[in-house]
Amino acid sequence: MTQSVVIQVGQCGNQIGCCFWDLALREHAAVNKKGIYDEAISSFFRNVDTRVVGDGGSISKGKICSLKARAVLIDMEEGVVNEILQGPLREVFDSKQLITDISGSGNNWAVGHKVFGSLYQEQILEKLRKAAEQCDCLQCFFIIHSMGGGTGSGLGTFLLKMLEDEFPEVYRFVTSVCPSGEDDVITSPYNTILAVKELNEHADCVLPIDNQSLFDIISKIDIMVNSGKLGKTVKPRSLVTSSARALKKHQKPFDAMNNIVANLLLNLTSSARFEGSLNMDLNEISMNLVPFPQLHYLVSSLTPLYTLADVNIPPRRLDQMFTDAFSKDHQLIQADPKHNLYLACALMVRGNVQVSDLRRNIERLKPSLQFVSWNQEGWKTSLCSVPPVGHSHSLLALANNTCVKPTFMELRERFMRLYKKKAHLHHYLQVEGMEENCFTEAVSSLSALIQEYNQLDVTKGMPVQDLPRLSIAM
Amino acid sequence: MSIVTVQLGQCGNQVGFEVFDALYSDSYCSQGLCSKKENEAYQASCKERFFSEEENGVLVARSVLVDMEPKVINQTLSKAAQSGRWKYGQHACFCQKQGSGNNWAYGYSCHGPKHEESIMNLIRKEVEKCDSLHGFSIIMSMAGGTGSGLGAFITQNLQDQYPNALKMNQVIWPYGTGEVIVQNYNSILTLSHLYRCSDALLVHENDAIHKICAKMMNIRQISFNNINQVLAHQLGSMFQPTYSAEDSFHYRRNPLGIDWQVRPPLARLPALGKMPFNKELHFDTSIANLVILRGKDVHCADLGGFRDPALYTTWLKPADAFSMWKTQRAFNKYEKSATLVSNSQFLVKPLDTIVGKAWNMFASKAYVYQYTKFGIEEEDFLDSFSLLEQVIASYCNL
Repeated sequence: MTQSVVIQVGQCGNQIGCCFWDLALREHAAVNKKGIYDEAISSFFRNVDTRVVGDGGSISKGKICSLKARAVLIDMEEGVVNEILQGPLREVFDSKQLITDISGSGNNWAVGHKVFGSLYQEQILEKLRKAAEQCDCLQCFFIIHSMGGGTGSGLGTFLLKMLEDEFPEVYRFVTSVCPSGEDDVITSPYNTILAVKELNEHADCVLPIDNQSLFDIISKIDIMVNSGKLGKTVKPRSLVTSSARALKKHQKPFDAMNNIVANLLLNLTSSARFEGSLNMDLNEISMNLVPFPQLHYLVSSLTPLYTLADVNIPPRRLDQMFTDAFSKDHQLIQADPKHNLYLACALMVRGNVQVSDLRRNIERLKPSLQFVSWNQEGWKTSLCSVPPVGHSHSLLALANNTCVKPTFMELRERFMRLYKKKAHLHHYLQVEGMEENCFTEAVSSLSALIQEYNQLDVTKGMPVQDLPRLSIAM
Repeated sequence: MSIVTVQLGQCGNQVGFEVFDALYSDSYCSQGLCSKKENEAYQASCKERFFSEEENGVLVARSVLVDMEPKVINQTLSKAAQSGRWKYGQHACFCQKQGSGNNWAYGYSCHGPKHEESIMNLIRKEVEKCDSLHGFSIIMSMAGGTGSGLGAFITQNLQDQYPNALKMNQVIWPYGTGEVIVQNYNSILTLSHLYRCSDALLVHENDAIHKICAKMMNIRQISFNNINQVLAHQLGSMFQPTYSAEDSFHYRRNPLGIDWQVRPPLARLPALGKMPFNKELHFDTSIANLVILRGKDVHCADLGGFRDPALYTTWLKPADAFSMWKTQRAFNKYEKSATLVSNSQFLVKPLDTIVGKAWNMFASKAYVYQYTKFGIEEEDFLDSFSLLEQVIASYCNL
């Protein structure tokens, strides 16, 4: 079994990361009743004997002593990381895994990328190497960050190039939170576009997330729960928005949203960690979902968002889960894959779902979806026996779909509005190493990507023609 | 004569377990519908083929388990051990930490050479336990990375190291509507490579077995366990001991004696003597057919229909192309059962479909970079396509 290391960068990255580790612990606690340190837990946690001073404390088998997250926490301000270290998860993080500064990046990609990048390069590398050494077989880095600010966006993407050079065999999966239209950071379009160029060039796979979509999902749940229609019938511990999975009236505003992303990461890795009748490892995600290296943006959707406590759930409910996964209300970015072109689609199912349920639903949904001509049956499926806590089954759908194009186009537009007026540009250009062509190159990179999606979209709706085959002389 | 099984990848290992379980259950079940002496001969023959025995009498499957990641093998080993009836050899498995990522090139070009020695050693140890080796049954899927790529590599090695032993590959054909997106690439690469080094490819289509579960067995929520159990039943009905037409006194020592590409659909008939397909008069032309009958009244079964020249290609006489094996001993508690193993045009349509889809995808070059990264170039793809087009053309011309 392989291990993964999570690198959480910036305020957003660390807050999401915190939710992730909390959920991961709960999930493993629910599955691993005997408290034995097994291969599943070892994918995200080390087992450490805390009585041993120094580095020699790792235990590879036997009872769980003290679990330490395979994580590196990076922030150029201290506030968020300090809060984590004083919170309920403080024992889970190794104090040697942190890199902090005090001044922050001022919402400036250039400061995060160029200034802090070079300042902390050696330190970051050292922590990463340490984390890698502690793994038996490191398969993947999960980077969590936002794109609109300075640290997550700038330093987070600086990391990517470093990871590619230092650990070329290890996958780089990036969870990127994109700013929505009403983002309060004026320069977020600059930060985002500069970050996207790095993602284009150095990430294996990107899962873009949109705050607006997360917010809409929460509102939907709130309405359902508070409307009284469900009342007490929502099963405790089943809300996708809550770490304790119970309905908390006064959660901090971003907690609910962050929990959705944390669930995404857990479900993404479940079939690699737990057993099932059709396993799907992380390396299979990029193998199947990335037909061309530059088209590696995957739209994700999670269902169900909550489970009703009613035990008399007819099988129809299971099919509803599949239908929901394709509705635009369940996507984690503002996109509508159903009405755009699919390059590939993965269905990762957890719980008591069998292959016939999968087949039935694929057959049912296929006619309403459009797949690119060379991948008419582009489905990758997996069945993991272990459901998430509080649910009997769940589905994560990952789509490589041209519906990301409008998101990119909107980002480009917001960028151009600022850039044409050279607004706030001097904050960036005064950073050493930044020039105007950093911006022009970034826009070109984005435009090239949009153009690729355009070319695919053009083929949508055209009749699929079989190409002439090789003819054989008999 | 013994058969050594090599189980590769998730599918190979899950199916392999079910096969040994089915063979054991059938051998030791009490409803053989025959004399005690007959039953004992049957059991002994089955045991010689598929199991070795430990000092304490526990049966150990003649099998080598190979996978590039540990979860499935761990499960398979514990399932077998838990049954308390038979088990796998303690040191009969080879495992790594990171899987093949559904990448045929990775399975064939990376894992293959890297682990060649270890895996072939394990196989050799298993072969040495046999008094006389008849051949290998290699269980693998075509769609993934390990079963398909590493499976092809290992089969090639078996061809080199054991040229006189029969190599029969149990090839699991994935569902048409994807289990794996690159399954068509993996399939054509697998088939073209196996064609060059295997003696027989037994094809098992998930779609076909699924239909059997749904329509004939009326299972509502079909799981991979169900599918694998049906598959195991089919294989068991073929592998279990029988008498040949020539020798009615001893169970055939040669369990596989077929050296052409075969494809077995399952025919479970309550009464024999009826033609299995009595709906259309158009038959897929066969090169050869083998019918295996088990149970009551096998001696009076009328198989004249199978000798109809209309079934066969013009350059073959039915007498040469048709074989029948039988035994009174019932299989898996079925009073009467029949198995048909057929080498015919039946395969053309599924093969043509897969080649067509792979070709369309290849024309766009989608995913090809994942293969060239590990040394499988576009030329290798083209070679595979040509070979398979020839196979299709040859069958069409029967």
